[in-house]
Amino acid sequence: MEVLVYLVPLALLLGLTGLAAFLWSLKSGQYDDLDGAAWRAILDDDKLPPAPPRKP
Amino acid sequence: MTETPVLTKTDLTNPDLSHFVEKLDDGRARLNLAVEGMTCAACMFEIEGGLGTLPNVTQARANLTAGRVAVEWRDDAVDPAAVVGRLAALGYKAYPYDARRMESEEQQEAKFLLRCLGVAAFAAMNVMLLSVSVWSGNATDITPEQRDFFHWLSALIALPAVAYAGQPFFRSAMRAVLAGRLNMDVPITLGVLLALGLSVFETLNHAEHAYFDSAVMLLAFLLAGRWLDQNMRRRTRAVAANLAALKAETAVKFVGDGEISEVPVAAIRPGDLVLVRPGERIAVDGEVEEGRSEIDQSLVTGETAHVTAERGTLVYAGTLNVVGTLRVRVGAVERGTLLDEVTRLLDRAVEARSHYVRLAERAARLYAPVVHLTALLTLAGWVLAGAGWHQAVVIAIAVLIITCPCALGLAIPAVQVVASGALFRGGVLLASGDAIERLAAVDTVIFDKTGTLTLPEPELVNGDAVNPAVLALAGRLALTSRHPLAAAVARAAGATSPLSGATEEPGQGVLAVVDGEELRLGRPSWCGAEAAAARLAAADPEASVIAFRHGSATAVFAVRQRLRADATAVIAGLRARGLSVEILSGDREAAVSHVARQLGVATARAGATPADKIAHVEALRAAGRTVLMVGDGINDAPALAAADVSLSPVSAAHLTQSASDAVFLGDRLQPVATALDVTRRARRIMTENLWLAVVYNAIAVPVAIAGYATPLVAAVAMSGSSMLVILNALRARAPGRDPPGASGPDGIDIVRAAPRPI
Repeated sequence: MEVLVYLVPLALLLGLTGLAAFLWSLKSGQYDDLDGAAWRAILDDDKLPPAPPRKP
Repeated sequence: MTETPVLTKTDLTNPDLSHFVEKLDDGRARLNLAVEGMTCAACMFEIEGGLGTLPNVTQARANLTAGRVAVEWRDDAVDPAAVVGRLAALGYKAYPYDARRMESEEQQEAKFLLRCLGVAAFAAMNVMLLSVSVWSGNATDITPEQRDFFHWLSALIALPAVAYAGQPFFRSAMRAVLAGRLNMDVPITLGVLLALGLSVFETLNHAEHAYFDSAVMLLAFLLAGRWLDQNMRRRTRAVAANLAALKAETAVKFVGDGEISEVPVAAIRPGDLVLVRPGERIAVDGEVEEGRSEIDQSLVTGETAHVTAERGTLVYAGTLNVVGTLRVRVGAVERGTLLDEVTRLLDRAVEARSHYVRLAERAARLYAPVVHLTALLTLAGWVLAGAGWHQAVVIAIAVLIITCPCALGLAIPAVQVVASGALFRGGVLLASGDAIERLAAVDTVIFDKTGTLTLPEPELVNGDAVNPAVLALAGRLALTSRHPLAAAVARAAGATSPLSGATEEPGQGVLAVVDGEELRLGRPSWCGAEAAAARLAAADPEASVIAFRHGSATAVFAVRQRLRADATAVIAGLRARGLSVEILSGDREAAVSHVARQLGVATARAGATPADKIAHVEALRAAGRTVLMVGDGINDAPALAAADVSLSPVSAAHLTQSASDAVFLGDRLQPVATALDVTRRARRIMTENLWLAVVYNAIAVPVAIAGYATPLVAAVAMSGSSMLVILNALRARAPGRDPPGASGPDGIDIVRAAPRPI
């Protein structure tokens, strides 16, 4: 049962990683436009409008 | 007075939109636009590409879900009008949208709920992982040390997670208790906190059971329900706000000596002088300073006959200037005017609107005391039966946990979400969540006539009696005029290319010369068609007449407000559902009784002032009826607010829309019937759900009182009942037993169509 000593923290860490990823995606506005995002994924890159410069 | 050629809106290439530009901290500026016609992914890319190539624009981001575009640029280097102009060149109508107000708060709240949900779901999954190990261990060979370790780990996850994710419930419960009320969040908060407290205590005592999983799972379920609810309301409100922006009026203001500029109405101040051209809606209240015209006040008073306006006449926002150009001095509305009267009545009606107690609130008022009393009795019972205090408290808390209104908390929001989705597809936008319950209870429907039963725009009625070639020519000439009667002729003819060289004869009509022959469209006397016009007017006293002359041949067109295409069927359908239908209009007796006869409505009142309307609605309510008022005019606003529930068409005046509970889209009346059907069904399902929750409690509570509610039983019962309630709520989605021909609503495309493949 000593295996629990690292398996449990590992499980927790994985869960926390998922949570962190979710919170990050929420913060970066990925849920703001669900309809549009679905289409952006299939757009050919060479037809993209000039990429907006990143915010400073 | 000689009239200069009429300026059209497109002549003013430089409307002043600076009012809507938002200054960001780092020197950039942002403009939010509601875009009409952005319905598919291709439009989205086209718009972003088109705006991105404007010089100095740093970012253009379209939001397809909301139908909005946000454009950012550097250092005041872009004129917002140029952005709108570029979009117009691409073929999209865009309207500036003021996003700074409450909407961003709602956005914040939605994100907060979603963060809470994320945290609760993470905690629920991990605690459940540990709990399942303990449950299976308890049945086999787990050691007390391992169990304590798992329980402490659960506590480590659950305590901070609940402290964060429980905030929406804790706050709401706190507010309710401080105000001396009980709401659903009070038993939720108590249940969650007691479950956690008990679990920590039990863990300290190396006990077999802890309820960490129940507490976090409960929160996760409830947060999911709450977020869905908030999301649906936010979405309908965004569409409603877009519609408001699309309608946002501009006014042409004199900025200097004879110089004019087009500005949003929000930027107009009392004392400004504005120019109102023929065919335009007057956007402000004020006094005519110069010019002479006829005013169509139908949107304000319901009266379809025109009123003459000259120097000194007071004009109201929402009325239509028909013939001449007016200069209007914007004024604070004086006392005793119609609008002042409407505002006063509206304030009173909103105040007097009996505070409707929502179904969920009523359930909570019954439920919370019963639950707390049961727990208390259980405690007393076990102590009296000779159990130790520790055991009695554990069982009493188990009762609280198992009765914690998980299913009850979801029962109503879940149905509301599904039903408002169904209403949205049916062309009805809800402004308030409890409108669903109030709509379901309606037994009397009162319709306004002008603009509600009839279409807001007048239509040509005798198009078939006129030679198609003549109609086509008249339509092309009509395109050069902004007169509403001419516009009706142009629409009926399907004209797209205006005749060139047409001139407007003030107060008479438009004139053009084609192939050496003179064409005239205007007053019958001016076209020499008085006899035919008189015959037409005698046959249909409500119609307005406009004449056309081509050389020596004449034609006369009758234009009138037409009933919505499905009005007769919808009214008959409403009566078949056992509802009592009435018409209450501010228009003339003859016009109202004609429509009432056509629709088969027995009870119709004409010439009603706003005060009459409100009195009638209140009398009906005093007689025990539940009244739905459907209206669009400013004169309807007080009655809309006084009725139990109210609907208005999307063409209604601003003031009217804000007084009503829901707005319906399109040219048909069907959404009114759809709204009633969907909400009645939803109300039935809500009641079913509440009963499901009661039945669940009737089974689970005796188990808990008897002391058999282990965490495993609690987990199964809780998720089982929640699933049942959610699945039942989904039934509100299925179309009800609609009358034939009630399928898909027309006109919903004006908001946004479903995305199409590129």
